[in-house]
Amino acid sequence: MLQVQELSKSFGQKLVVDGVSLEIHKNKITSFIGPNGAGKSTVFNLISRLIMRDEGHIGLDEVDISNWKSNELSKRIAILKQNNSLQLKLTVRELVAFGRFPHSQGRLNEEDETKIDEALSYMELEEFSDKFIDELSGGQRQRAYIAMVIAQDTDYILLDEPLNNLDIKHAMNFMKMIQKLCYELNKTVIIVMHDINFASCYSDYIVAFKEGQIIASGSTEDIMKEHILEEIYEIPFAIHELNGKKICVYY
Amino acid sequence: MHKYNKKLIWIGLLTLAAIVLFLTININPKYIQYALKLRVPKIFAMILASICLGAGTMIFQTITNNRVLTPCILGLTSLYVMLQTIIVFFLGASHVLVTNRNLNFILSLILLAFASVLVFRVLFLKQGKNVLYILLIGTIMGQFFGSISSFLQRVIDPNEFLALQNKLFASFKNMNSSILLITVICIVLLFLYTRNELKQLDVIALGREHAINLGINYDKAIKKLMLSVTLLVGVATALVGPITFLGFIITNVAREIFKTYRHTYLIGGSILIGIFTLAFAQVLVEHIFNFSTTLSVLINLIGGIYFIATLLIQSKKA
Repeated sequence: MLQVQELSKSFGQKLVVDGVSLEIHKNKITSFIGPNGAGKSTVFNLISRLIMRDEGHIGLDEVDISNWKSNELSKRIAILKQNNSLQLKLTVRELVAFGRFPHSQGRLNEEDETKIDEALSYMELEEFSDKFIDELSGGQRQRAYIAMVIAQDTDYILLDEPLNNLDIKHAMNFMKMIQKLCYELNKTVIIVMHDINFASCYSDYIVAFKEGQIIASGSTEDIMKEHILEEIYEIPFAIHELNGKKICVYY
Repeated sequence: MHKYNKKLIWIGLLTLAAIVLFLTININPKYIQYALKLRVPKIFAMILASICLGAGTMIFQTITNNRVLTPCILGLTSLYVMLQTIIVFFLGASHVLVTNRNLNFILSLILLAFASVLVFRVLFLKQGKNVLYILLIGTIMGQFFGSISSFLQRVIDPNEFLALQNKLFASFKNMNSSILLITVICIVLLFLYTRNELKQLDVIALGREHAINLGINYDKAIKKLMLSVTLLVGVATALVGPITFLGFIITNVAREIFKTYRHTYLIGGSILIGIFTLAFAQVLVEHIFNFSTTLSVLINLIGGIYFIATLLIQSKKA
């Protein structure tokens, strides 16, 4: 159970997150949407302990994450940020093996090797496993990082704008794979996203941010409404239903 | 994994050969014992300096995620130069602090350790200061110390300047066992202090976000590692004097040879390459150039060429 209560954070004088409370539903995909500077990425960073919060409470299983041991927490929550430019000479398999670090502290046992193999095959990366990551295309590299997260084998997966740098085909495949992860491997996924239609088609819940606060949150059905989206983005929207999915049109 | 071990063994053998060469070259069979008594401490000093510089530089490059940096940028070397200059300037070249190497070593070490702890306190008290900020401060402080030193060196008595210059070139002259012992103790303590963080270096190399994701207490680890880097470099500088480029050369050669991210091999390799380079260069200085040049000049010459070559190659790639 991941719960956020009254979370606040300011950078200098500017309050970027202002009293945010939310609860993440288990085994579902939750998307964070909102305009630039709305605070969604900051909330993401706070939940993933990349930055320190000023006020509030972030609880995992009723215990605040600051009271968790860093290593224990990394067995429960995996984070993946958008920019992954590594200068290291690292093969795909070695990268994925890093996902096992919280469990084995660098000394891989047989179980770790199995998990690495599984993650590689899940992401269809076997043929690249001995390639260096800087030799891969953007989409392949993205998959390699996801494989690392899968190998980490956590209940929660937090992704910050994972669709950046992916073309529509890869973006779609990526989201399908996230759905598989969520429903087949029982993961709980939080994604920060810009594309509202991707959020609509692939997530169960949507949390919408504006000016540091949550302006709307609920099931995808409830959020994908013209007046709500118009309030968030301050532009006119039209929503159509296509094959049971709500698609919004703007411009 | 296997191929890395093989490479490590090969480098180890080469290093051993260089050590044997240094110990036995031009040796007069009549005075073997006397010659070895002079040469063995030098070898020990080389090994210790290589450990400090190899490990210190590699850790520093990993933390800063930049393989052309050396910890010199923190300004500690300049601080050492300034300390020596001030001592000679105010107390004279014949003062006991200059002539007694033990005393000089301990004083330098204390000052460098104190400075690095101080820098740390000031910088890390304010939260949110990142590594680049420290580097910037270090560069400026280094310039500042350098300016003071060069000012003093300009107005100093020429005879004393000569004595000072001698002190400021890296050398393995007159090593004695008490200095070596203190150095060994320092190194052992530092390695004990960071033993957990050293195991996390591979993960830390992935960068802050990945490291935190994988359960590293990143900020604490960086603090401890940075502190031990500054102390390691301080120890090396106090031991043999400033060898600016050695750390840079050996870490980069190790990266070229091993082409891996594993710090066990990178650091181990750097240390061995360091010993090899120093022993070989010292043979050149003592037996080929007959002391007409110094180790620093030689290292800086080779290091400088290598540095420029690396920069050119990197800029071509980019």
